[in-house]
Amino acid sequence: MFTFILKRLAIAIPTLLLLIVISFLLMHSAPGGPFTAERELPPQVLANLNAKYGLDQPLWRQITTYVWGIVAHFDFGPSFVYKDRTVNQIIAQGFPITLTYGLISFAVAVIFGVSLGVAAAIRHNSLLDYIAVGVSIGAQVLPNFVMAPILVLIFTLWLGVLPGGGWQGPEYWIMPVIALSTSFMASIARITRSSMLEVLTSNHIRTARAKGLPERRVILRHALKPALLPVISYLGPAFVAMITGSVVVDIYFSTGGIGKAFVDSALNRDYAVMMGVTILVGALTIFFTLVVDILYGWIDPKIRY
Amino acid sequence: MSLLQIKDLSVTFDSEDGPVHAVNNLSLSIDQGQTLGIVGESGSGKSQTAFSIMGLLAPNGRTSGSVTFDGQEILGAKPKTLNKLRAERIAMIFQDPMTSLNPYMRISDQMAEVLTLHKGMSKTDALAECTRMLDAVKIPAAKERIRLYPHEFSGGMRQRVMIAMSLLCRPDLLIADEPTTALDVTVQAQIMDLLNDLQREFGMATILITHDLGVVAGFCERVLVMYGGRVMEEGPTDPLFAQPTHPYTRGLLAAVPRVDDEDAIMKAIPGNPPNMADPPKGCPFHPRCDFAGEDCLVMPPLEPFAANRARACRRPIEKVAP
Repeated sequence: MFTFILKRLAIAIPTLLLLIVISFLLMHSAPGGPFTAERELPPQVLANLNAKYGLDQPLWRQITTYVWGIVAHFDFGPSFVYKDRTVNQIIAQGFPITLTYGLISFAVAVIFGVSLGVAAAIRHNSLLDYIAVGVSIGAQVLPNFVMAPILVLIFTLWLGVLPGGGWQGPEYWIMPVIALSTSFMASIARITRSSMLEVLTSNHIRTARAKGLPERRVILRHALKPALLPVISYLGPAFVAMITGSVVVDIYFSTGGIGKAFVDSALNRDYAVMMGVTILVGALTIFFTLVVDILYGWIDPKIRY
Repeated sequence: MSLLQIKDLSVTFDSEDGPVHAVNNLSLSIDQGQTLGIVGESGSGKSQTAFSIMGLLAPNGRTSGSVTFDGQEILGAKPKTLNKLRAERIAMIFQDPMTSLNPYMRISDQMAEVLTLHKGMSKTDALAECTRMLDAVKIPAAKERIRLYPHEFSGGMRQRVMIAMSLLCRPDLLIADEPTTALDVTVQAQIMDLLNDLQREFGMATILITHDLGVVAGFCERVLVMYGGRVMEEGPTDPLFAQPTHPYTRGLLAAVPRVDDEDAIMKAIPGNPPNMADPPKGCPFHPRCDFAGEDCLVMPPLEPFAANRARACRRPIEKVAP
């Protein structure tokens, strides 16, 4: 197990390098640059700026300098747009916010999604099942960019109970969390329901019932673990999708998370911030895939690394 | 009083093609310590009979009739009532040992929960008892191997684990649903020997469900032959096998390959088992029966005809001296 984790972390390094090179090339192949503006800068100023940020160097040189900065100093460079801020500072400011409502949304989606899915499966073809399936489908067609304005309309404009934006305390968390978690909760509920239905017809569940175990125990002790396997494989990508999904939430609710910085950097061609956030999300993806694999091994004894 | 008494049990499944009558008006009884074999082809309703006793039918299954255990009606009983009987008084082992154990739990946890739940034992006591039981089913190094997961055992060993688990509470009745079907022939013999020994040692009544007539001959005092969800013939094993009177029983016995006589022809019964969604009128066997006539279009009742024997046939092959 320990060697497996080490191996996976070792593979993560070339993966991230590849990610850096590809994003770097894509970014530079797009027309325009950080200092392209409507009113063109005098050539001398532009040359000075390019020289200051190293943009006059050949591309391979820029990449190696960039990577070396990360490896040697964990320095993701200065922002090309905000003169007094580095990428490290921008991420350090925005990421905790994103992570906070991301984790809460994740927990909400998992807890409610799994409970709803299990309840629907146990009461298969009952009213509860139909309601759960209906709610799931309804929630799944409500992505965060649709949910957000609806929530604001109801809770801020009509009821006036929740602040429409900002990040000053727990009451500011509620709407971003609902907007972000709803569609994930729906997916988790549907996956849980169908996998639980399948597990409940398996032979070992029949054995558990033949042992005279109460139904509660059959579900919780014998059926839940195998039923969660497909849910867990969904959770890794889902968590990353939540972090990237924060783009909409950040903009809509002015939460000040990393998503806003990401979009701004893309619009402003702020190469360094764009790269920084891309690497962050890439690293998170690798990390959560590893976590999923470890969880798999913990649940299914046949999987040994 | 019989330990288990089944009267007019019918099992019907609702399917998209209409109701499927898996078991029709089946009656049987078994006394304390008795061994009963239920024989029949796939789809003859033998497993569904067992599942209805345990209350383990699929959700779309409906039952009618009566099943009493120790005088208590258990057909359609509440889960709470059934859970008191399951494992503690009626235990069951299943056909496929590869999938019948929980692949995600250690053998120790799967076995011990039976005792902690039904007997209120502590985990330590339960584990000690489970290890003893694994010794009893001749699993080598039981003390170490109880910590393993099912996939670390062979098929035969897993069935031994299933048997050990079913006997933990010393049940009065053991239902073995094709316990050897999924196993190699040599392993089959070992498992049957083991069941035989344990049945004698523990003295529980046993219902053995199988399509293997050889297995029945070596194990059961009485046999019930099922076809198309109905009892065709029943009686004590030896006379029934020596002088089968129902054409189906005879056909079944003629279809057993013989090793001792190389020239003997293995005679398959022509035709296919009935489609239970659209069963033939009258005796379910008549379309395949050499002796069938007009009168077979009305289902014959199960009638006694000799000492302890009964059959449901209007045209039995030969008369047996009473």
